[in-house]
Amino acid sequence: MAISVKVMHRPAPESTSYLRAALSGMALTFKHMVNPAAVTQQYPEEQTDLSPRWRGTHRMEVHADGRPKCVACGLCPTVCPANCIRLVGGEDDQGNRYPIVYEIDEFRCIFCGMCQEVCPVEAIHVGRHFENAEYKRDRFVYDLDRLMEQDHPVTLLWDPSDPRSE
Amino acid sequence: MELQPISGLWALAAMAVKVVGMFTVLLLVVAFTTLAERRVSAWIQDRHGPNRVGPFGLLQPFADGLKSLLKEETVPATASRLFFVLAPMLVLAPALVTFAVIPVAAPLGTPVGVIDMIIADVPIGILYVLAVSSLAVYGVVLGGWASNNKYAFLGALRASAQMVSYEVALGLSLIAVLMMAGNVTLTEIIWQQQQLGMWFVFPLSLAFILFVISSFAETNRLPFDMAEAESELITGYHTEYSAMKFSAFMIAEFGHMVTASALMATLFLGGWDLPGTWDNAFWYDGQLISGFAADGAVILANPAWWKTALTFGGFAAKTSFFLLLFIWVRWTLPRFRYDQVMALGWKVMLPTALAYVMLVGGTILTLDEVGVQWGPAYGIALTAVSGVATVAFMFFLDRGRVITGAAAQHAQRVEVKTISLPAAAGD
Repeated sequence: MAISVKVMHRPAPESTSYLRAALSGMALTFKHMVNPAAVTQQYPEEQTDLSPRWRGTHRMEVHADGRPKCVACGLCPTVCPANCIRLVGGEDDQGNRYPIVYEIDEFRCIFCGMCQEVCPVEAIHVGRHFENAEYKRDRFVYDLDRLMEQDHPVTLLWDPSDPRSE
Repeated sequence: MELQPISGLWALAAMAVKVVGMFTVLLLVVAFTTLAERRVSAWIQDRHGPNRVGPFGLLQPFADGLKSLLKEETVPATASRLFFVLAPMLVLAPALVTFAVIPVAAPLGTPVGVIDMIIADVPIGILYVLAVSSLAVYGVVLGGWASNNKYAFLGALRASAQMVSYEVALGLSLIAVLMMAGNVTLTEIIWQQQQLGMWFVFPLSLAFILFVISSFAETNRLPFDMAEAESELITGYHTEYSAMKFSAFMIAEFGHMVTASALMATLFLGGWDLPGTWDNAFWYDGQLISGFAADGAVILANPAWWKTALTFGGFAAKTSFFLLLFIWVRWTLPRFRYDQVMALGWKVMLPTALAYVMLVGGTILTLDEVGVQWGPAYGIALTAVSGVATVAFMFFLDRGRVITGAAAQHAQRVEVKTISLPAAAGD
C-alpha cells in the first residue's frame, strides 16, 4: 500500500506582492458589497417552491355534501409503517361504512405517503405543506374534522413531467 | 449679527446643548456602526444581515441593547471583583471623551454670538487625544487580568503590547501634521489646511498611511485584532464578560473606531472643511476671519446656519468613509500573526515614521528658506516629496522584503512523494 502526498507549493517571497494581493482582495469584497449576490431566500415573504411530490401535512378529501370520502376500509392503518393512523369504522342505515374516529399522529408519521397510495377512494392524502407548528404537543394529533379542514394542495405521488422518475 | 464669541448665560446654555447633543449623536453613531458592521459584512459575504427589526433593520441596535440589559451578569468566582467591574468603565470612558476636542462643523452664528462647533477647544488639542486614548489600554489589561482566565490574560497581554508599540508610530506620524500646522489644536490644524488650499492627505500622504495603519492597530480591529483573535483566544480580554459589561467593551471598540475615523478626517481630510474658501472660519486676534487679503488685512468670516449644516454634513461624510473603510478592511484581510504585528510595528512603522518626520522637516525648512508662500505651491512641493516617499515605502514593504509568510521562510518545491506504508494486518 502506498499513498501519495502532494507538497503544497507556496510562491517564493520575491514573486508575491502583498500589496497587490490585499488590494485585489479589497476590490473583490467591494464588488460584493455594492452588488451582493442574492442567494438568501427571505422566507416568510418569499415562499419556497415545493416539489409536486412533496409529502407533508395530511388532508382528507370530502364529498360535495361535506362528508369525508373515507369508507373506513382499514387499508391505511394496515399499511402505515409508523402505525400513526387510528381508525374506528362504523356503518350507517344504508350499509355505507364511514369513519367514526380517524386520527393521524403527525409526530409519529414518517410521511412515506403509503396511506395515499393505498387508499381505494382517494380520501386520505399527504399534502404540499409544511408550516404546521403548534404551541402544544397534543395539537399534533389531527382528528377527522381537522384533516377535513385542511385546504393546501395535495401531493402528486409522481411528477407529471417525469412520471417514471427518470 | 454679532461676530463675538458667545458669552455669559448663553454660553452656558450653548455648552449644555453641545455636550448633550454631541454625546447623544456619538452614541447613536456607535449604535448604528454596529448595525453597519453587520449589514456590510453580510453584503460582502452575499448575505442580507439583520433586516427584521424595523425598516432595513434600523432598530436592531436598540433590540441588541435591550437584550444586553436583560441578560444575566456573571462574575467568575475567582475574578478580582473590583477590577473586573472597573475595567469596562475604564475602556468606555476614554473612547467617548476623546471626541470633546474634535470640531464637527463651521462656527454657528447666532444673534447672541458665535458658537464654536466643538465641546472644548483646549490648547493642547491633539496631545489630549493621545493622552486619553492611551488610557484605554489600562481597561483592557485590567479586564484581562481581573478575569483570571488564561485566554483573557493572553488577549490583554497581546492588546497592551500592540497598543503600546503602535502608539509610537501613531505619535510620530502625527508629528508631520503638527509641523505643517504649527500648532496642536485641531481647530488650527483645520485652519491651516484651509489656508494651504489642500487637505493634508496629499502633502503628507505617507503620514496618512502610517496613521491609518496605526489607527487600525490602536482600535484592535482586523487585521490587528490580536487581542480578540476568536480562533485562538475565544474573544480575548472580554472572554469572561457578559451582558452590559460585554456591551460596554463593544461600545468602547466602536467608539474608538468612530473617534479614530473623526480624527483621520480632521487631521488629513480637512475635518469639516469643504472645497472652496466660502466656509473658512478661524478665531484670529479675537476676530472670526475667513482669510487674509493680499496686503495682509483680515477678511471677516460670515457664519451662517446653512454653512454650519453643510460643513457638518461634510464632516459626517468623511467620518463615515473611514468607518466604512474600517469595516471593509475587517471583512477582507486575514489576521496577522503575532510576530508579524510586532515586526510591522517596530521594524517598519517606527523607522519609517522617524525617517518621514526628518524628510518632512527638511522639506519644510527648505521651502521656508527658499521663501515659498504657504499656499498651493507649498502643498504641491510637499506632495511631490511625500509621493516619492510613499512609493518607496510601498515598494519596500511589498513582496515580503520585511514581513514574510511562514511558508516563505522555508523554500519549497512542488513534489509528489510516494510513501510506502507497511501493510496492515488482514490486508
